[in-house]
Amino acid sequence: MRSSHPSPAGAFAVVARGVEKYFGHLQVLKGVNLTVEYGKVCCILGPSGSGKSTFLRCMNHLERLDKGFLEVGGELVGYREQGGKLYEMKKSEVARQRADIGMVFQNFNLFPHMTVLQNIIEAPVYVRRIDRKQAVEHAMDLLSKVGLTAKADAYPRTLSGGQQQRVAIARALAMKPKLMLFDEPTSALDPELVGEVLNVMRGLAAEGMTMVVVTHELGFAREVCDKVVFMDGGVVVEEGSPDELFNNTRTARAKAFLGKVL
Amino acid sequence: MPVVPLRHRGRWIFAALLTLLFAGLLTSMVTNPRFQWPVVYRYLFDSAILDGLAMTIWLTVAAMAIGVVLGTVVALMRISKNPVLGAVASGYLWAFRGTPLLVQLIFWYNLSALYPKITLGFPFGPSLGSFDANTYITVYVAALLGLGLNEGAYMSEIVRSGLNSVPPGQREAAEALGMPGHRVMTRIILPQAMRVIIPPTGNQLIGMLKTTSLVSVIAMQELLYSAQLIYTVNFQTIPLLIVASIWYLVLTTVLSIGQHFLERHFGKSDRRANAAGAGGEDEEKDELAPMGNS
Repeated sequence: MRSSHPSPAGAFAVVARGVEKYFGHLQVLKGVNLTVEYGKVCCILGPSGSGKSTFLRCMNHLERLDKGFLEVGGELVGYREQGGKLYEMKKSEVARQRADIGMVFQNFNLFPHMTVLQNIIEAPVYVRRIDRKQAVEHAMDLLSKVGLTAKADAYPRTLSGGQQQRVAIARALAMKPKLMLFDEPTSALDPELVGEVLNVMRGLAAEGMTMVVVTHELGFAREVCDKVVFMDGGVVVEEGSPDELFNNTRTARAKAFLGKVL
Repeated sequence: MPVVPLRHRGRWIFAALLTLLFAGLLTSMVTNPRFQWPVVYRYLFDSAILDGLAMTIWLTVAAMAIGVVLGTVVALMRISKNPVLGAVASGYLWAFRGTPLLVQLIFWYNLSALYPKITLGFPFGPSLGSFDANTYITVYVAALLGLGLNEGAYMSEIVRSGLNSVPPGQREAAEALGMPGHRVMTRIILPQAMRVIIPPTGNQLIGMLKTTSLVSVIAMQELLYSAQLIYTVNFQTIPLLIVASIWYLVLTTVLSIGQHFLERHFGKSDRRANAAGAGGEDEEKDELAPMGNS
């Protein structure tokens, strides 16, 4: 851990200040500010194109920042500060940081040429250098947690979308991450499969896992999240507890969005 | 009510016509004494022919190995973000795909006329040593260089299309797990690209087997040239061409069978999907039993 940032960040899993991001000439993030405390669940809501997924992807450096400050677990993500400037890190250093940040994608992105078990133990064995037998044991524990022990030797293609996403969550957890990022984890699922994935996520939240969830599932946000953030046009428009955001909406834009979705 | 399927009279007529034609062709081949089948049989296992066959196999394997390695390197260069690497790779591809292989072979064969002495070293800088082109660029080296470098150009396109066929989400997922770049390539991207790379590579290999016959122009004693050497002496041109063709056919048949099994191996994640889909999934053990808190 770096000690050159003795900010109150000690208690924060994520600290973002003035994060900006361009795709070509299009500015998708226009100064995003956000803090997430350890052990808390933060949901990011917003219309498509609001920059919420891009912002999430910045948190493990899948997207580069163009300006601003983004710290995860007390470390700048993908950059090193020196003389008031941020220098991009080497790929190997970024890889080391990413190992501590779990990510779950909208389209699962399981490795299709590997079985469920191989998917889960790949990174622990080859990145963390954990003994294979130990990794398999841990993987089986995680599979029982997501209710899929019977599918350990199945290939991802034989699984339903919901099952694939649960495997993807187990795969991310196998690295024992300090923070879990979820990028619209249920958006590619048939409606009847959404529940099983949300159940797994509920279980994680109950265990105290720090999570940042980009989602359209307002019910989940209301019930599970400690903090709800509404983004639009590349900025955080409104944030607060679920009660504040859903029942005492302050901004007109958030009101309009929630009115349409609810 | 009984159902009478449509009768395909046309099919029967065409089948009969083709069978007749084929039978006629076969009888003419067997009965025409000028095919000289006894001569074919006599030379089929001739030691000169078998030596040529061995050389053809060796050339095919070696040139293909050069081609696959070179092709992979060039493909990686082309997708790299380094513009110089990309430009060099494109230039190589442009030159070697843009000129006939026959020309390239003769060119390599005559390289010593262009560079009698080849020096390794830095431009305008110290030399690391030099060697005499005439001694080292033998027929053999010229053949391997010509076939291998040409194949590398084609293989690089095959490898590149394979790499491009892997969805970008795969790389992202692997990187998000903290896997370093080389491991993402060797464990995640390449194995998936294989399914796209293998079938055309099999075609290239079979093509290479026959393309090696081109090196007969630089007097390399492979299968065809061995046959030619014999028929320039005994004038049994057709029988000896048949001998060579029989061996080419045997080899391509063996390779096709090998290709079939290789494709099956790399498509196994698909195959199991079908098998499990047909057999029905055992859902009963799945349904999130431990998650009863919801």
